[in-house]
Amino acid sequence: MSKKVVQNAEEAIQGLASGMVLMFGGFGLCGIPEKSIEAIAQTSLNQFTCISNNAGVDGFGLGALLRKHQIKKMISSYVGENKEFERQLLSGELEVELIPQGTLAERIRAGGAGIPAFFVPAGFGTEVAEGKEVRSFDGRMYLMEAWLKADFAFVKAWKGDTMGNLIYRATANNFNQAMAMAGKITIAEVEELVPAGSLDPNQIHTPGVFVQRIFQGNDYEKRIEFVTTRKSKG
Amino acid sequence: MSLDKNQIAQRIARELEDGYYVNLGIGIPTLVANYIPEGLQIVLQSENGLLGIGPFPFEGEEDADLINAGKQTITATPGAAFFDSSTSFAMIRGGHIDLTVLGAFEVSEKGDIASWKIPGKLVKGMGGAMDLVAAAKNIIVAMMHTDPAGNSKLLPECSLPLTGKGVVKKIVTNLAVLEVTGDGFKLLERAPGVSIDEIKAATSGRLIIEGEVPEMDFS
Repeated sequence: MSKKVVQNAEEAIQGLASGMVLMFGGFGLCGIPEKSIEAIAQTSLNQFTCISNNAGVDGFGLGALLRKHQIKKMISSYVGENKEFERQLLSGELEVELIPQGTLAERIRAGGAGIPAFFVPAGFGTEVAEGKEVRSFDGRMYLMEAWLKADFAFVKAWKGDTMGNLIYRATANNFNQAMAMAGKITIAEVEELVPAGSLDPNQIHTPGVFVQRIFQGNDYEKRIEFVTTRKSKG
Repeated sequence: MSLDKNQIAQRIARELEDGYYVNLGIGIPTLVANYIPEGLQIVLQSENGLLGIGPFPFEGEEDADLINAGKQTITATPGAAFFDSSTSFAMIRGGHIDLTVLGAFEVSEKGDIASWKIPGKLVKGMGGAMDLVAAAKNIIVAMMHTDPAGNSKLLPECSLPLTGKGVVKKIVTNLAVLEVTGDGFKLLERAPGVSIDEIKAATSGRLIIEGEVPEMDFS
């Protein structure tokens, strides 16, 4: 058995401490590491800085950590759909840093790829540019943006193997792939954990080198935020 | 007669060209997908990681792993591709997306756009809007010409915090199609039955009128 495999989320979060910087994959509730979040919500740890595109919904996803006042600061691109979040923000209990979504993704990727800073056009001429270095390339203006890294990165994949190789499914990849690279300790939870050699190496999204701990989660809720359908075929 | 939201979307769909990769924002822009001219190959991008957005799933066939940027369940078309967020914005930032259509609170005559924040109201975030407006080769704003109180949304300067500066090229409203020239809003087309005077009255930024301004063609 590989040294990366742990039995469950409780075992996976060993070493987590209050005040750490954490990353959580997912877009809305799609592809979030629900088992790791549940395990963190069972602890009394707090004062986390959480980097995640969104902040979950009331009581689910990161909403579960918000409800227990475990989050000090959110770094996100969009934080609607969460009343407790609004309440904590307006009362000053919670800090929020909003970052353009593509810049957020690239800052995370840069953190994992060892690139301390880079230039992007997003936010030039807006309040996002305040305090940032601006430079012209080929006659257009760009902002310097710095890498983001985390003490722990929590990601969710469809399949993983005992070497930590991961395959995501459909749009549940989203921020998981970049975040897997940017954690000092990356914890992957998967719907199906298979022996090394069972996955096609051609299909791996996240090579195992980026993953320190992996476990199979059971009974995923995979809640849908907005169910939209058309009439059945009849 | 001013246009309704579906007609605005229908007019914008006429801007599509065969082979375009297009990102449609939430609201009126989403409706453009309903009016893609037959015979054109258009691929819709969703910035959460999909090229090839299909229709909503049939009841009972929803897939929690397959959503659009509005977090609605969707399907993927044959020939679709999935990818991660940083690759998605590489497509956008790298100029590989041909057209972005999005809504706005305000647009200035210099092409500035305000669409994400109203001071004093709760701020939810810019999502991907700043990345999209800063990088897309071609941006069309879809919006009503005035706000519900009747104030013009086409201004000399935006009063709200900006999403992007000098980025909007074209605007389609319920009254008109306008090009942002840098010197003002150049009136290209009128909604059927809408007079130039009505458009003038609803536009607080500089309106440029050259020669005869035709009515929009929906034929």
